[in-house]
Amino acid sequence: MNTIPLEHYLFVAAALFCIGLAISITKRHFIGILLGIELMLNSVNINLIAFSRHDPERLSGQLFALFVIVVAAAEVTVALAIILRVYGHYKSVDPDEVKELKN
Amino acid sequence: MEAVAFYSFSVLAIVSALFILFSKNLIYGAFALFLAFLGVAALYVLAGADFLAVTQIMVYVGGILVLLIFGIMLTQKVVRQSEQEIHNKVEVLTSRGVAGFLIGSGMFLFLGYIIIDARFKMQGEVINTNSTIRTIGVELMTSHLLPFEIAAILLLVALVGAAYLALNRNPA
Repeated sequence: MNTIPLEHYLFVAAALFCIGLAISITKRHFIGILLGIELMLNSVNINLIAFSRHDPERLSGQLFALFVIVVAAAEVTVALAIILRVYGHYKSVDPDEVKELKN
Repeated sequence: MEAVAFYSFSVLAIVSALFILFSKNLIYGAFALFLAFLGVAALYVLAGADFLAVTQIMVYVGGILVLLIFGIMLTQKVVRQSEQEIHNKVEVLTSRGVAGFLIGSGMFLFLGYIIIDARFKMQGEVINTNSTIRTIGVELMTSHLLPFEIAAILLLVALVGAAYLALNRNPA
């Protein structure tokens, strides 16, 4: 059991994090940006859980990951409510078109 | 056997994430995110976190992803400019794509360098119990009781705030 080295978990997490970052940068849609953020939060949880393998008595990493999941759930509900309000006001989900405060 | 499962689920998660990155249709991206979350949940199981894997599937797949798909459907354009327009199309500017590729790959090289350079020395036993639920329950109710309560209040506040923002169409 547990023959996978720690670094492989970290590499998978790093790859998912960077793909999530690229999604957040490239998508011109509020919900696309949210998808990228969710992916990044998940990849961080992989790191925490991979390190938590070596802490079976206290499992601090897994508890931290649990709280990250809770905060992510709270974040996505509020973000979606805000996106719906912005869509109702601007009739657009493109972040580039929401620029009333610019200039 | 475990290595085969680990690498196949890692490939599943990374390929679905890349599919989100390159797909033009946001609904397809949301369903690919479903596969990515399942792959990540399998990685949690392989790392000995069974409770978190189930939580991941219930919270992300059962809750967050449904919310995201609802969000995509509620922000549809009612009037289409042309018949040929693709559903849920997300345009990607070339400059934005280049910036995303450069920042993403640069970040990956940076993180990879750190991971290779770090040489973690792990102490302690590797998890060998069958279930982590008992430890998580005891820890949540003893040494992590305060964050647990704060998380409860945070969820309540988020629920009230989201309901207010989404329901009350005209606050002024």
